[in-house]
Amino acid sequence: MIPQAVDYKRAGSVSEAISLLAENPDAKILAGGHSLIPAMKLRLNSPSLLIDIARIPELRYIEVRDGGVAIGAASTHHDIISNAEIQSRYGVMIEAGELIGDTQVRNVGTLGGSIAHADPSADWPAALIALNASIKVEGPNGAREIPATEFFLGFFYTALEEGEIVTEVVLPAPAAGSRSVYRKFMQPASRFAIVGCAASVTIDGGTITDATISLTGVSADGAFLDEAVGAALIGKSASLETIEAAANAAAEGVELNEDHYASKAYRKHLAKVYTKRALAGACGL
Amino acid sequence: MPKITVTVNGTQHTHEVEGRLLLVHYLRDVLGLTGTHVGCDTSSCGACTIHLNGNAVKSCSMLAAQADGATITTIEGLASGDELHPLQVGFKEEHGLQCGFCTPGMIMCAADLLNRNPNPTEQEIREGLEGNICRCTGYHNIVRAVQHAAGQLEAAS
Repeated sequence: MIPQAVDYKRAGSVSEAISLLAENPDAKILAGGHSLIPAMKLRLNSPSLLIDIARIPELRYIEVRDGGVAIGAASTHHDIISNAEIQSRYGVMIEAGELIGDTQVRNVGTLGGSIAHADPSADWPAALIALNASIKVEGPNGAREIPATEFFLGFFYTALEEGEIVTEVVLPAPAAGSRSVYRKFMQPASRFAIVGCAASVTIDGGTITDATISLTGVSADGAFLDEAVGAALIGKSASLETIEAAANAAAEGVELNEDHYASKAYRKHLAKVYTKRALAGACGL
Repeated sequence: MPKITVTVNGTQHTHEVEGRLLLVHYLRDVLGLTGTHVGCDTSSCGACTIHLNGNAVKSCSMLAAQADGATITTIEGLASGDELHPLQVGFKEEHGLQCGFCTPGMIMCAADLLNRNPNPTEQEIREGLEGNICRCTGYHNIVRAVQHAAGQLEAAS
């Protein structure tokens, strides 16, 4: 399959990429291209120009900042899962990242590309929501920072405005006593989530003091924060009874996704099962 | 049109390419290196796997323009003259192929795996090759082939 003819330019800096995008409203930003190029081959997307940002040095770094970690948008999945600082702080990032695609995909695909694309079955959005991450974007009107909970708005739809690009993801310092995990039921060929659950739970003296649970693949609108599950956990003891009750609250009142892999009813069932597994992991049960 | 310079299997090439030209088509149709295969063409099967700056990548899901400046190794560049790479020996000795279509991609992905983890467990080999599909279902012998190569490489080091 051959994409439609397209011009290609490599941007040397974020400001150059933003200028090129402003001058070419029909252009698309290219990082790893592992979602965009397959979409172009299927002619689902036919931009006039590709602006390659993968080699902009100011976009590829992972650094500790204020006890948390800042990740440049052009960092690959492999950069992230092989980073010692992320390994030591954010289990959910490692467990989610290791389950993205395969070795070859993880060597090229990027965090920024994945979240800007916002596939409703992607893994990173769930992980970022569970960690209360924020996403820095930059455009012709300057830079702004968007909480992950307000970034993913729907089916391949984000809070990015026209002409803006994702520049950085900021993971806040994990709370003392917190643990984060990711559990996924995957489509066996694409390895996208049919259901993925990211959970970050803080336990103090056997009592759950904070819990952020998000699901991906479940809703037709993509990854979301499941507040009912969190509410059913906070203040309770970290026990099997607690997590079972909380997991039963998962994916209620959601516009469920449905495709030839899983019906709405099966997805809802899987959402509860995988929420329970994620909570068991996060609570060390 | 973008102008690219790449070093493929030790030889430097410079070409003007269409923006939309996929890296796998550049390797096969422009350079004539047809050992890299197009299988599923949707980045699922791994038949098109090559090394880009030492890392296994799927060349059907990249543009040639993205590879500008890169050092590329394809299956044709793995052997040293007439001396097969230990993975090629392993696939031969352990009957790691039947029709052979997936083999170049399997070997290039396995080479990346052994570069990162010279002594993988069986489970690590299976996970490392999860992005490569064999339609002859010869996975058991492919795993043995990689183990054979790992043993050879360890003995040589």
